Amino acid sequence: MSVASTALTSPLRGEEKRWRLAEWQLALPLTLAFSALFLAPLLLLVATSFFNDDKITQPGFASWTKFFGDPFNYKVIFDTLLLGLKTVCATVVIGYPLALVFMDLSPRLQKVLLFVIIMPMLLSVVVRTFAWIVVLGREGVINQGLMWLGVISEPLRLLQTELGLVISLTQIEMPLMLLPLISVMSRLDPNLRDASAALGASRWRTLFTVIVPLSMPGLVAGCLLVFASSTTAFISQTVIGGVRLIYLPLVIWQQSLVVYNWPLAAVASLSLVVSVLSIIAALSYLGRRSSRHLQG
Amino acid sequence: MGRRQSFLDLSYGLVIGGIAGLAVLIIVSPVVIALMTSFTEGRSLKFPPTGFSFRWYEQLFDPIQSRPIQRAAGNSLEVAAMSTLIGVVLATLAALGLARNRHKSARVADNFFMSPLVLPGITFGLAALVYFSTLGFRPSLNLMIAGHLIVTMPFILRTTTASLSQLDPALLDSSQSLGASWFYTLRRVTLPLIFPGIAAGAFLAFMASIDNVPVSLFLSNARTDTLPIRMWGMMESTLDVRVAAVSGVLIAAAFVLMLIMEWTVGLTRRMRD
Repeated sequence: MSVASTALTSPLRGEEKRWRLAEWQLALPLTLAFSALFLAPLLLLVATSFFNDDKITQPGFASWTKFFGDPFNYKVIFDTLLLGLKTVCATVVIGYPLALVFMDLSPRLQKVLLFVIIMPMLLSVVVRTFAWIVVLGREGVINQGLMWLGVISEPLRLLQTELGLVISLTQIEMPLMLLPLISVMSRLDPNLRDASAALGASRWRTLFTVIVPLSMPGLVAGCLLVFASSTTAFISQTVIGGVRLIYLPLVIWQQSLVVYNWPLAAVASLSLVVSVLSIIAALSYLGRRSSRHLQG
Repeated sequence: MGRRQSFLDLSYGLVIGGIAGLAVLIIVSPVVIALMTSFTEGRSLKFPPTGFSFRWYEQLFDPIQSRPIQRAAGNSLEVAAMSTLIGVVLATLAALGLARNRHKSARVADNFFMSPLVLPGITFGLAALVYFSTLGFRPSLNLMIAGHLIVTMPFILRTTTASLSQLDPALLDSSQSLGASWFYTLRRVTLPLIFPGIAAGAFLAFMASIDNVPVSLFLSNARTDTLPIRMWGMMESTLDVRVAAVSGVLIAAAFVLMLIMEWTVGLTRRMRD
């Protein structure tokens, strides 16, 4: 509403003002719900971390110094972030070519492929994790297949290894990579590729000098989603990784629901937030810079 | 030059096509293999399955043997339905209130409401547990509905705000200048036009609630657990083959849901745009 129009309808002005106020007030119920059920719990969590004992009676910094005084916890944080990084790399290497092929398909086949990509998304993470237990287990497809081929005589240990976990997470998180990639790539002008080919570039050169830079926003978005999801994938980490591979979500769960040391669990979960979000912020900053570089 | 070029293009086709094929295999095969295993006759998750039977499905639908699983499935549906319903009301109201507001505080509020999407779910789950225990609440379905409301509401707010921003303001102005009250305009113009956005968000929120682990993990006990938590427990302990049967049911449900959405809203078309 411009100033001119409000001036023209001056008799309505008072009513309109009340109107505005009412409109803004519609957000009040949600604000209240979020303050009571989201903001207050998080503030309490931060406060809880500044207590020394599991009865939450003595305020102090002991939980922080205890958590960060233990070199084991640094390894856990590092392993958690590294798991996210490996999963991101695997989903890019496997998923990007699929997105490239998607662009070349006929609309009919595109529909089929999208169906294949979206369908696992509607499937519970628990089901996807379970599927990988069946695939990777001692009597699973891979071991049975390799033994039948005579490649191995003893079943390989694939569950409870980081390799098995990264393979599983690659499939489990794949839709999060593919959907942003495909939505950006399908907006690319097909003439660009033809122009690049007409000017004598090989398809590889077109890929790395034309398509990859232009699809950067989708790639960055996919990487962020996969990283955030795989570092906090509690079920997949515990079921496929087992007890030998320890990541931050498991530490949080153990400290809060097994040991009942809430201050320490609070410290662990705040460390998870800070480490994951700072990497995400850095990545999205780099992504924004690269796309600005492209436009400017 | 020409031969080099064609060799390069051939290698491109082989490498990219090969990896894409592998990607489809990796995406699809675990689901197919899990589904096949659920029809096994044996007591283990061996592949290929030994024999073909519906015994695990029969056990799953047996009301006495599988009571905890069925109760967990009921809890999942109840929590998802209630949190989505409350989420739709609160998010639609908030979207109506904030979508046209250009004030800085409106953007702050919007970011605040979206932040559960960024925050690791396990951190909010722990925070909710500490908070509700401090207030003296015991684990119950109501607490879980409250927790799920927070983590699923952003999906509804996002799609509803998006469809409101595409709404032509001239429509609202003409409705108003023709003498319609604010509420009448809302009921007859705004809501019907943004309904697809609300419905899409409600669907996403419902699915996110059904699938939620981190919040349910902290706010449930043995009587109020949801299906994913119960399945996790079954996988962690004895690896009951009934997990395969539950998976089979959920795979079939996802497949049917996908077909319904394709027919009604043209899901794959929307996702591509």
